[in-house]
Amino acid sequence: MRRSSDTMRLLVPVLSLAALLAGVFYLQPRAMSYTGLNLLFNLAVPIALATVAQMLIMAVNDLDLSMGTFVSFVACVTATFLNDTPLLGIAILAASIAVYAILGVVIYLRNLPAIVVTLGMSFVWGGLAVLILPSPGGEAPAWARAIMTVKPPFAPVAIFASVLIAVVAHMIVMRSSLGVLIRALGGNAKTVERSGTSILKIRALAYGLAGLFAVLAGVALVGLATSADANIALRYTLLSIAGVILGGGEFIGGRVSPIGAVIGALTLTLAGSFLSFLHISPDWQIGAQGAILIVVLALRLLLNRLESRGATR
Amino acid sequence: MPLAPGALLEVQDVVMHFGEVTALDGVSLSIRPGECIGLVGHNGAGKSTIVSVINGGLAPSQGRILADGQPLASYGITRARALGLRSVFQELALCPNLTIVENARIAHPELKGWRWRAEARRIIAASLDQIFPGHGIDPGAQVGTLSIAERQMVEIAMAFSNSASAPRIVILDEPTSSLDAGLAAMLLAHVRRFIAAGGAILLISHILDEILSTASRIVVMKDGKVVAERPAAEFTPASLVEAMGSSTRELQGRRQAESKGAPVLTLDLPNGQGFHAGKGEIVGLAGLGGHGQTEMLLALFDAHASSWWPARGPEVAFVAGDRRSNGIFELWSILKNTTIASLDDLTRRGLLHRPVEAARGAEWKSRIAIRTPDLDNPILSLSGGNQQKVLFARALSTRSPVVLMDDPMRGVDIGTKQEVYRIIRAEAEAGRTFVWYSTEMEEMGLCDRVYVFRDGAIVAELKGEAITEKAILAASFKGEGAAA
Amino acid sequence: MNALNRLLSRPWLWSFAAALAVWIATVAVTAGASSGGLTDAALTFAAFSVFVGIGQMFVITLGPGNVDLSVPANMTLAGTVALKLMDTQDSMILPGILVTLLVGLCIGLANYALIKALRIPPIIATLSTSFIIQSAAIWTNRGLRIKPPPVLADFATSSTFFVPNMALLALLVSVLAWVLLNHTIFGRWIAAIGQSMPAARMAGVPVDGTRLATYVLCAILAAVNGFLLSCFSGGAALNMGNEYLLMSIAVVVIGGSAVAGGDSNVPGIWGASLLMFLIVSMLNTYQFEAGYRLIMTGLIIIAVILVASGRQARPR
Repeated sequence: MRRSSDTMRLLVPVLSLAALLAGVFYLQPRAMSYTGLNLLFNLAVPIALATVAQMLIMAVNDLDLSMGTFVSFVACVTATFLNDTPLLGIAILAASIAVYAILGVVIYLRNLPAIVVTLGMSFVWGGLAVLILPSPGGEAPAWARAIMTVKPPFAPVAIFASVLIAVVAHMIVMRSSLGVLIRALGGNAKTVERSGTSILKIRALAYGLAGLFAVLAGVALVGLATSADANIALRYTLLSIAGVILGGGEFIGGRVSPIGAVIGALTLTLAGSFLSFLHISPDWQIGAQGAILIVVLALRLLLNRLESRGATR
Repeated sequence: MPLAPGALLEVQDVVMHFGEVTALDGVSLSIRPGECIGLVGHNGAGKSTIVSVINGGLAPSQGRILADGQPLASYGITRARALGLRSVFQELALCPNLTIVENARIAHPELKGWRWRAEARRIIAASLDQIFPGHGIDPGAQVGTLSIAERQMVEIAMAFSNSASAPRIVILDEPTSSLDAGLAAMLLAHVRRFIAAGGAILLISHILDEILSTASRIVVMKDGKVVAERPAAEFTPASLVEAMGSSTRELQGRRQAESKGAPVLTLDLPNGQGFHAGKGEIVGLAGLGGHGQTEMLLALFDAHASSWWPARGPEVAFVAGDRRSNGIFELWSILKNTTIASLDDLTRRGLLHRPVEAARGAEWKSRIAIRTPDLDNPILSLSGGNQQKVLFARALSTRSPVVLMDDPMRGVDIGTKQEVYRIIRAEAEAGRTFVWYSTEMEEMGLCDRVYVFRDGAIVAELKGEAITEKAILAASFKGEGAAA
Repeated sequence: MNALNRLLSRPWLWSFAAALAVWIATVAVTAGASSGGLTDAALTFAAFSVFVGIGQMFVITLGPGNVDLSVPANMTLAGTVALKLMDTQDSMILPGILVTLLVGLCIGLANYALIKALRIPPIIATLSTSFIIQSAAIWTNRGLRIKPPPVLADFATSSTFFVPNMALLALLVSVLAWVLLNHTIFGRWIAAIGQSMPAARMAGVPVDGTRLATYVLCAILAAVNGFLLSCFSGGAALNMGNEYLLMSIAVVVIGGSAVAGGDSNVPGIWGASLLMFLIVSMLNTYQFEAGYRLIMTGLIIIAVILVASGRQARPR
């Protein structure tokens, strides 16, 4: 079977998520309920959105080290301007998406290392966030709060939202012709250039889309947290990168999987709960997350080896 | 003024400089409907450069480009596409992470709307069916999972496929390099159908039979100039080779050095026969490009050079052919590029000794005639041929008894080749062993013994007088007969 | 004239020029009253950036994608473990130093083992180890703040011939790093790997051995920095390494080393470290808020990378 490589790519993330979920249910059967699932996956929504944003950047072979500070900045804007003066808030968020698009172009035109530029931008976003909210505060707009706390039938909103994010991201990145062009930039930019398509335009769109998803992540986060502070999402830089990798994405070559990325984000969220149910001392929680990351990457390497051995036979 | 009435596309007096190098020196070429132009010449003659100028990838330093008799003020990739020009490149021009259908979308920007997938699938499948009936390739497959031959078939089908605008001129740069004889015949048959229907083809191939049997007109290039241009019927294989100018004529007359004693280098391969080389031997690796020769050189290198511990006196040295990606260090001077492999000879009390290093560099500059006023100049100030000489100097200045060469003469001018051939010959006389992979058939003639590769395995071993282009080609495609 | 041109073409010159300008701007506001104190503080705090900056520089020289994210966790762990072992006893200083070096050695080995065994990019490998190291540090630290042995605390905070001891130590390390980078085979190898790993391999460079040694070197320097910083500030704190992650990368970039690897310089680390400290103190003097300081830092990083890339902008 030739088309199995995409399926294989999804196998490890799906298996890791299933294993963790089984572990959580075994340790804490009460989690197997509407409220329990809601608690487990609530925080996954903003992380999944940020992961999809990071994935779009990684699809063009770049890396965004400012994701965490940018989501924090958006959260601060959402809890202040977007709540108090919605039009100004929307204008600020639209401008920040435009900044992302411009970054995508400048990085290409000047042949800059994306890591360093986004590292610099992380200071800028962080500074802006501190200026907006020097101390934790602000208030979530009522509509954001309402969306994040709605109680649909059958399953908690976090599940529906994750599925929706995965489907939308899949349609954009895997099915639309823009998505094809974005992934083509990661795979072989020369081919795009030779077909006469503007690389600048595609990069601007890819970065702009990433900015849009990151903005949604910030809004969703404030909807959950009800207020914001300048450091609210600093972890998201590393979480989003790890989520993409866990979901079967790769750093270069335009090989990404939106569905995998969302599953990766869910896995990372769940890992935290799993570790607390395991009664691992809080001292070692971060370390255990690092260990899980290593185990999943090792699993993937193993599976890749098996796959390539199967292919050469 | 157009030189050839009725030409679809014409370039006039094109000059192209890359830094110090003049790749094209006043080339004119016109492409008319209903003809197949065969473009031949040795590596480095300027074929690929003129192709890049024609398809809009490179803007020439001087010269004019005319379409349908009209001079074009500006010319580029988009303009070339609009004129109906399509190209099949030597290197992979598809995205390995995308499916064939998705790659068709990249190649045809006019595919839009919700139904683009179905449309792209139809276009590429139709083209594949037409050119390679019975191909068995699924358009939904990811390109990265295809074999080299399948990829090449897809690239060819991509160039001939038409969506909004039909192709009028198709450039085929070594299109059969990974196809077997049957597939190559299908392609050449399609080329004839295409020109009979009024299209134009620019065919580049090192297999002269293909050119002679398919082309209607043959253009011979040498050192960045067109040296002959006549109808194909006026050429014979011999006169074509004559026109290209032989690159090895001076060194005819085989060495009589039969290696004795135990082999200094051996390698067991998973399939086919094993490899061995003796002291002072020049062993050639032949066969079609990409059939496992480079992989074997890398395996030999890995087996004899540790990636963990520094070696005192390395066992093997390597001369890369792909200078840009695994040869030169672009930020460094010529001197540092020359001495990187032999630094352990150049230290005093643990520190690098600059005067000793400079003396070593100067010695090799004169021995191998690197043309530069100052070894401290950046490596990129050298022409391609001189960069290659630096790579030879780097390998030869080590104390290693074995030198591995990975098609090192790609894009090197004939003068440099002659100098390097002489040095290789002299070093072999002095007891050095050379393992030499080359895509230039003539260079195999300089070897004492040749292994022919197919599908990653050695399928034939040729010795002395038995090393001929015919024997190598026969073994490359069939193998079974010659291997026994 | 020629010598002047050569000097002007040095990539590290600009970081020193900028640092000097900022120093003058700061001293001008305070009418010279604080120039001595400012210089002392700048040299001391720059020294800490120099230790991690040099380690990070060697790693970044290895080429695109090479960066060590475990630096902050490493500093915290080394500082914590060493101070705990020494337990304010002057007699335990030598074991303390040895255990610091051991922590660095183990972390460097672990980092490269992951990079090699899992074939993952260094950024993810060092991130994973940093999580584990961070936990180890939290577990060892337990919120206790153990003071350094008096002799060490004294040494870390005093000066010799009007120059802070920390700065002298950093200068010594810088000179050694400069010799290593410019005058040894190892330095050539790192630069070769940074320009092209396949080419370095084919030129006979022991690529894995060199990369391993470089990651170990970086980890040891980070551990030493953690040790010295906790001696200087009177004890190890869990968050003491935090600002040094971005700092270590920023001083390399601002100092004029090529971000893409293969071309680095040691003097620039000093210029950039001084600049980074002086900017903060200048903005403090002008009483800017923390937010503006961050924005300025970010914009300076981007401006430097834009200027530095001017020479190698995309052709066509």
